[in-house]
Amino acid sequence: MILVLLVCLPFAGSLAATILLRTDSRVLAARMAGVVAFAGFVMTAVLYPAVRDGGKVRVDLQWLPQLGLNVTLRMDGFAWLFAMLVTGIGCLVVLYARYYMSEEDPVPRFFSFLLAFMGSMLGIVLSGNIILLSVFWELTSIFSFLLISYWHHNAAARDGARMALTITGIGGFCLLAGLIVLGHIAGSYDLDVVLAAGEKIKAHPLYLTSLVLILIGALTKSAQVPFHFWLPNAMAAPTPVSAYLHSATMVKAGVFLLVRFWPPLSGTYEWFMLLGIAGISTLILGAYFAMFQQDLKGLLAYSTISHLGLITTLLSLGSPLAAVAAIFHMVNHATFKASLFMAAGIIDHETGTRDMRRLSGLFKYLPITGTLAMVASAAMAGVPLLNGFISKEMFFAEAVETHADSVLDRILPYVATLAGAFSVAYSLRFIHMVFFGPPPVDLPKPKPHEPPHWMRFPIEFLVLACLVVGIIPSLSIGPFLHSAVVSVLGERTPDYSLAVWHGINTPLIMSMIALIGGAALYAVLKDYLAKCDDGPPLFRHLGGQRIFERVLVTVSWKWARWLESHLGTRNLQPQLRLVAAAGLLAGVVPLYLAGFTPKPPEFGDVDPIFAAVWCVGAFCALAAAYQAKYHRLAALVLLGGAGITTCITFVWLSAPDLAITQLLVEIVTTVLLLLGLRWLPKRSEKVDNSVSLAARSRRFRDFLLAISCGFGMFIFSYAIMKQPVPDAIASYFLEKAYTEGGGRNVVNVILVDFRGFDTMGEIAVLAIVALTVFALLRRFRPAADSIEKPEQQRIQNAYDAERPERSAGDTVRDYLLVPSVIMQWMFPVVITFSVYLFLRGHDLPGGGFAAGITMAIAFLLQYLAGGVRWAEDRLRILPLRWMGFGLLLAAATGIGAWFLGYPFLTSHSQYIEVAFIGKVPAATALLFDLGVFSLVVGATVLILIALAHQSIRTHRVRNLDATKAEEA
Amino acid sequence: MELVLAIGIGVMTGSGVWLILRPRTYQVIIGLSLLSYAVNLFIFGVGGVKSNAAPLLGEGIDISTLTDPVPHALVLTAIVIGFATTALFLVVLLAARGLTGTDHVDGREQPK
Repeated sequence: MILVLLVCLPFAGSLAATILLRTDSRVLAARMAGVVAFAGFVMTAVLYPAVRDGGKVRVDLQWLPQLGLNVTLRMDGFAWLFAMLVTGIGCLVVLYARYYMSEEDPVPRFFSFLLAFMGSMLGIVLSGNIILLSVFWELTSIFSFLLISYWHHNAAARDGARMALTITGIGGFCLLAGLIVLGHIAGSYDLDVVLAAGEKIKAHPLYLTSLVLILIGALTKSAQVPFHFWLPNAMAAPTPVSAYLHSATMVKAGVFLLVRFWPPLSGTYEWFMLLGIAGISTLILGAYFAMFQQDLKGLLAYSTISHLGLITTLLSLGSPLAAVAAIFHMVNHATFKASLFMAAGIIDHETGTRDMRRLSGLFKYLPITGTLAMVASAAMAGVPLLNGFISKEMFFAEAVETHADSVLDRILPYVATLAGAFSVAYSLRFIHMVFFGPPPVDLPKPKPHEPPHWMRFPIEFLVLACLVVGIIPSLSIGPFLHSAVVSVLGERTPDYSLAVWHGINTPLIMSMIALIGGAALYAVLKDYLAKCDDGPPLFRHLGGQRIFERVLVTVSWKWARWLESHLGTRNLQPQLRLVAAAGLLAGVVPLYLAGFTPKPPEFGDVDPIFAAVWCVGAFCALAAAYQAKYHRLAALVLLGGAGITTCITFVWLSAPDLAITQLLVEIVTTVLLLLGLRWLPKRSEKVDNSVSLAARSRRFRDFLLAISCGFGMFIFSYAIMKQPVPDAIASYFLEKAYTEGGGRNVVNVILVDFRGFDTMGEIAVLAIVALTVFALLRRFRPAADSIEKPEQQRIQNAYDAERPERSAGDTVRDYLLVPSVIMQWMFPVVITFSVYLFLRGHDLPGGGFAAGITMAIAFLLQYLAGGVRWAEDRLRILPLRWMGFGLLLAAATGIGAWFLGYPFLTSHSQYIEVAFIGKVPAATALLFDLGVFSLVVGATVLILIALAHQSIRTHRVRNLDATKAEEA
Repeated sequence: MELVLAIGIGVMTGSGVWLILRPRTYQVIIGLSLLSYAVNLFIFGVGGVKSNAAPLLGEGIDISTLTDPVPHALVLTAIVIGFATTALFLVVLLAARGLTGTDHVDGREQPK
């Protein structure tokens, strides 16, 4: 359980830091982050006894067991060592950042991201399920993006962050694919199973696919050639971030993954070649580039790349001893590189620049930091008695050994020595140029001095660790390293010795050559380096970054634009035409391929009255299509005709519920469209009837398409209706409706009981649509020519004005006097009808939907009868309340079932005795239906009233034409 | 019966498709309404076309003679949702007309 806490705590801390964003206190956030990191450190430390000598701690939480996905956390010796690094260096970085971050920066955000990143990193380290690992992997990409772009006002930070995210994001995607393949091969996503299935994996035909994908993931993360260029660009991040991401965490995730999957994947020729080429080229190119950097952090960044190349190379060899060296070097690199980044941060902080051409002679001002930096860079260079030396010796020893005989293997000792010399040269350069030489002139901050002690403390601690590990390795890191090695290698754990002195042997000689050669190299290049441009000669203009940007621009800009201009359109008509045509094809093609033959029509059973009804219906539909452009009101009437035909069809063909609902919806739709008509522009047949040839051909095409669609639907629906109805689920509902749902109206029982959850979704949609309509109308601006009063009202008002005995508005008020009185009287009748529909709904046609719309019509009639002002003086409807009540009631009914131990929305039905009426069926579904009812009333009324209100609002005139004229 | 209904569905679909391809927003809204009638009728028709067999249970009714209630339930909610989407579309087109000054579906008159 402590593992779960360990992973969750940083995320919780991150959330807490977000809440602290409201305060100005930067100390508070830092303290909290420190406490969280330290707690993580302690928790990890106390787990050590459990993981010693190949032990494991494991927690399994079910997530999607059907898919083999579980939240499995697992800690072995290696994970422990890494978790110690992540939390330990995390602590130190938090402490350092507390002093590094300036007052103006939003510090809580920084610590929030940092903690979340730490949590994701711990997640990678502790994942016991490879899919879970991939999830945490993505999280590190995202949080590193946020950390790198922390100073997002700075373009370099934004670009660097975006590049890091793009590269590691692509890598993460490949990794996920690779892990899925791996899990498929191994038969499980559980890490332990995968680790145990090494032989099976290597023999599988998909091995190479999986290997390549996983390696892309690991190499992008660890900034290996050719994906290395994101790392130097990520240096735009605040220095604590660099110190953390590029020493112990982010980039180490890649090599961590390689070690994790070293047992099942390594040892093949493909593994050696792929990793070997990447590792060796990264090792040498990184070191070479590092020598020529002018930016302190740039130098460290390339050196990081080179050291990661070293680790990758070690892992590529496939020998257990090399793996030991790789694990050891990971730890060593984390310690000295973190301290060097922090030292670079202090130098930057104190002098205001990181450019080595401007820095010199700082030892006088920063003696302690200088000394610490010297020790750390000596460790980086591999000077004896420091930790870097021991792992580098191990590397040299492995480089000399022959593993897989090939050119790559034979050149390795020379490449290793050369890279060692480069690394000595850049370490020396770092120290010599910054701390020695003439006093600095013209620094942005003229008087550099030592930072506060606690800011330096992390460096002191890490440098001390370098020394201790370097002098007494087997007493300090020995046991921990051993348990890590055992957990990875198991029975293959080799004999290795961590002694400082092995006698004079080839590796020692190689070290000496590298030290002397590096010093000589620096001596030769010193003058050139003091003045040259940033970046190495020969490669200065051939950056991976440049290629990356070129590719990005091509893909995301040029190609996208080309595709958009060639395939896209902003016009609706072509899009709809394509949709309709695609729909037609989707219907026709499968039928044609399946050898479909249309059924011959049978005229025998045609009911003449039904046929006559449909003659009217079809006429209405066609006429509506014909009239919709110039005669909107006529089209609306005709649409109503088609709707009534539909309604009659429902009645005729045994669907009374549908008929009721259709009829009621028809009424509200008509009112809705009538309300909308006022805001549409006038259109007259006489004015714009010039039709071009293009328009004519377009119409002809549309006409053909429409005819084909209609004909297709006719053939298709006729064929389907002529088929005997297969007995699918209908009989289930018919049988269970009364016995289990307690209702005789099966349709209603399905809606409120069997499929209640669907209905709940549907009423939620209705509520959302109503609110959207309401929101859209709040900012409604009609077109200028619709703002005037409608023509009819103007004529009536003019009539009033002509007669002295009438005052303005009289005619409008008396308009349709008799019908409006009838409508007012109908109010209680309609409401009663609505209640009736609702109550009988469970057993007879009716129900919440129909009753709700009826109720809405009752309100609507009052608006129609008396006008908006009259109605609202007498009747306060609060549609939002109705809707809220409906949704809550429906949900509460569902939740109620939980308390009785049933699943959500289980209904209960029984009969209760009511005085004077007798036995009344009562089901909890009735309550749910009440919710539906209430919501439908609210939503319908809200939509219609919001639209009706537009007529009485005074609209600010949008002088669209006026502004247009001005522009012209 | 089936023949008449099928022809009806075909005519409504054809008219609807024709209208949604027109340039004026009002035509499109009428077209969508017609299309939704056609689609509702189609889904309803899939469940079988029978008269006097409403899915209402009672004493002595053989349930195997009743129509399939499932399409009814589907279409019932579709009708209500259809009203809501028509309303939404209407409001969007009114707002667009207010903002752009035209009722063309693209928000601007097509160059002739």
